[in-house]
Amino acid sequence: MTQGPALTDEVRAMIGATSEPDILEVERGAIRRYADAIEDPNPLFRDVEHARNSRYGEIICPPGFFGWPVKRSGRMGLTAKVREALAKAGYPRLLDGGVEYECFLPIRAGDTLTAYSKIADITEREGKTGKMTFTITETTYVNQNGDLVVKARGTMICR
Amino acid sequence: MAKQVYYEDVEEGMEIPSLAKDVTTQQLVKWAGASGDYYQIHYDKDFAQATGLPGVIVHGRLKSSFLGQLLSDWVGEEGMVKKVSVQHRGMDFPGEQMTCKGKVTKKHVQDGEHIVELEIWTENPRGERTAPGSAVVALPSRG
Repeated sequence: MTQGPALTDEVRAMIGATSEPDILEVERGAIRRYADAIEDPNPLFRDVEHARNSRYGEIICPPGFFGWPVKRSGRMGLTAKVREALAKAGYPRLLDGGVEYECFLPIRAGDTLTAYSKIADITEREGKTGKMTFTITETTYVNQNGDLVVKARGTMICR
Repeated sequence: MAKQVYYEDVEEGMEIPSLAKDVTTQQLVKWAGASGDYYQIHYDKDFAQATGLPGVIVHGRLKSSFLGQLLSDWVGEEGMVKKVSVQHRGMDFPGEQMTCKGKVTKKHVQDGEHIVELEIWTENPRGERTAPGSAVVALPSRG
């Protein structure tokens, strides 16, 4: 191993930390803005009449969208604390390392989701440009009926 | 919309129709607003360069969402995107064309569902895979 910063106790102590729940009201307009931003013409995400006659009966969220904002206060509050601790430990630069999500039920406009986030793990690895840290945040989304709709994992890279 | 694809139409090793994206700085701003991700490296060139980047870069999550579109286009209204995993490995820049691609790796029936697994990725004009990943979808069956 080359010399470089190491994970501090302050960073390690954050593994397992949980966020305040985020409440997400899934709006038709927010879904359409998202579809517009990625330039996705799929009528299931923007045409109410079309969606009504589909098997979903309502506008649904495209894969990867679980309501606005994608980055929300509870989870961001949690990851901000980790970022701050990592910056102090010598990893000030941030990159979005990737995303993984598993969908159990469609998300329809009008749904209200509650999102619970947790720091699942923080690890460090030797990269091409020195040491990097990987923070895995797991978020579970539950709808207004209490049904699990999505489980997501995000990787934040700090170096 | 393309016509509905069925489980029986799919073979392991086949590529699915690709999706080309010409990302502009304007699209990055639209994405920032639509997603709520206002990190300045995606729209403020001076800020991006001050952090050591050559210029503004495309959001990793925007690339993941393009791959989501690739999949929802392919599975159609009767299919379902069940699982997506994407690594944001390389940087992409506005002004360069990005192509989203997918290839079937496996198909099987599980608990009555017709499941197809895929390798998915975004590719830059030099043929480099900047966001590789995998996906699991369910398709309708003619059976």
